[in-house]
Amino acid sequence: MPDAAPLWAAVVLPVALVVAAVVTAGFDAVLSGSAERGPAGGVREAGLRATAPLREALRLLVQQPRRTTAADRLLGRLGVVLVPVAAVLAGAVLPWGFCAVSDPSVGIVWFNAMEALAWAAVWLAGWGPNSALSLIGGYRFLAQGLAYELPHMFAITTAALGAESLRVGDVVAAQDGLWFAVWMPAAFVVYLLSALAMAFWGPFGHPLSRDAAGGAEAELAGVDRLVFLGGRWLLLVVTAGFSVPLFLGGGHGPLLPGWAWTLLKTAAVLALLVAGRRALPVLRMERYMELAWMVLVPLTLLQALFVAVVVLNR
Amino acid sequence: MRALLNDVIFWVLALLALLAVASGVMVFRFESMARATYALLTSLLCVGGEVLLLGLDYLGVVIVLMMTIEMAIMAVFMVMYMMNPAGLMPMTMVHNKQGAAAICAVVFAVLAAGILLAPWPSRRGRPSDDPTLDLGLSLMGPQMLTMMTLGLALFATIVATVVLATRRGRYDRFGDDLKARRADDPVQGGRGR
Amino acid sequence: MSLELFLLLAAALFCIGLFGALTQQSIVMLMMGLELMLGGVIVGAAAVWHYIAPAAADGQVLVVLAVTAMAVEMAIGFAVVTALFRAREVDMTDMAAELKE
Repeated sequence: MPDAAPLWAAVVLPVALVVAAVVTAGFDAVLSGSAERGPAGGVREAGLRATAPLREALRLLVQQPRRTTAADRLLGRLGVVLVPVAAVLAGAVLPWGFCAVSDPSVGIVWFNAMEALAWAAVWLAGWGPNSALSLIGGYRFLAQGLAYELPHMFAITTAALGAESLRVGDVVAAQDGLWFAVWMPAAFVVYLLSALAMAFWGPFGHPLSRDAAGGAEAELAGVDRLVFLGGRWLLLVVTAGFSVPLFLGGGHGPLLPGWAWTLLKTAAVLALLVAGRRALPVLRMERYMELAWMVLVPLTLLQALFVAVVVLNR
Repeated sequence: MRALLNDVIFWVLALLALLAVASGVMVFRFESMARATYALLTSLLCVGGEVLLLGLDYLGVVIVLMMTIEMAIMAVFMVMYMMNPAGLMPMTMVHNKQGAAAICAVVFAVLAAGILLAPWPSRRGRPSDDPTLDLGLSLMGPQMLTMMTLGLALFATIVATVVLATRRGRYDRFGDDLKARRADDPVQGGRGR
Repeated sequence: MSLELFLLLAAALFCIGLFGALTQQSIVMLMMGLELMLGGVIVGAAAVWHYIAPAAADGQVLVVLAVTAMAVEMAIGFAVVTALFRAREVDMTDMAAELKE
């Protein structure tokens, strides 16, 4: 039932993701602005705050790149570029309504594999500039990856189990009546947590946090910095967007067409994450590690067991 | 159209094969350990791509996933244990280069002769519509011997790894009589203990 | 590509890995050689599955075995290096051989 997307969709996808990322970053900037300087005085000021990320992007475009001694330029560049590339490749299996750029039979595993590229990307970006602080950021992300990856894999496996298929289209089709988020709440919450962790953003921003002078981004400047930080927003959009086909019924919904529902649900998830970020402190990884392995792994396993029993008795 | 597609697939496969071999060679030529690790990752990703294009979607993608994570972790150990992780001070850490080269050349020659001379059987049967299902059935279908063995081996690996790598046992954590209420860990965990 | 070409690729990867495993002094580098050899095994198994017996799943099972072997080898390898290094500050094969004296 998933239709094959036309070829031009492959070109539209990165553009759409970038637009979504800019809007999300703008929303975040508005929230940050009102938290720091009080509510915006008028529409004009709110608009100025919302476009702050765009202005920052323009500034980075003309900024001088920073050079460090004995830097590993090849690997550093590779890491920086890999962040947005991984996000777009993972986004290739995102269905818009019922139609994805590509809907391979192992779409869910593909998505997971492309996200795993972020592990390599952040470490490489931290390794590249030959600077202690940025390497610390890279190491932090690997520790974070070890913490979030297992519960995350079990969570998305649970969704695949509920649909009895690894194809994203089938997972969406299986949620025609009841959304997976309703009868797999634990998996859904764990997925949202790991979506934040994968985008190393918000409460999971420890790899880039201020106590290490910016961590993996410490030595990045100019276009490198733009690509790296922009790629992080893309990752956030893609991982948040993937929760829609996995748990929130994809394009299913009354009245509106499928693509509109996908858009609405993605926007809702992103708004929840961006607003919820303000309520949570930045987590140190050793703390999340213990929570993830002692609480979240058993929890997601029980969730998977429950789903498996339901599926077997269906 | 069909022929064109086959041509494209052939060239992609050939390119991946060349890249796999070239980056495999570079693993042992790079001075920088980070580069060596990521050269190995490139080589193994190309292997994953070959498997993918041979029609094994699931295994190809799983190889990509596993190798990315594995090499990202490996890079940490490389940097941790090598004397010259960034390759800024060139040094060689090899022994018996000539002997090894001779052995490898002989092994390759024997393998290549075997490959080219053996009467390979022709293709029997057709791949089923869903090879992933085949794999799942053969691993966990009527008999689960392979999967049980693999699972047991992996579990034993986890236990053995922790035993080998950690320096602290339960007496270090809970005191000599194991009566301490809070584990005495150098890094406190996140569950409020 | 034909079966022979794939098997030649597998043999090449295997031999490069073998060379690395034989020459490298550092245990971690030696393990990279082993990984490359297992990569060759994976290519060979997948090619045999595709070109000889695509109806059976045996080739696929072999790939799964090789991938598991890689994971086990790496985990145990790092644990052993860590233990050796903790005990004697040793991270090279030649130095580990001297430990038996």
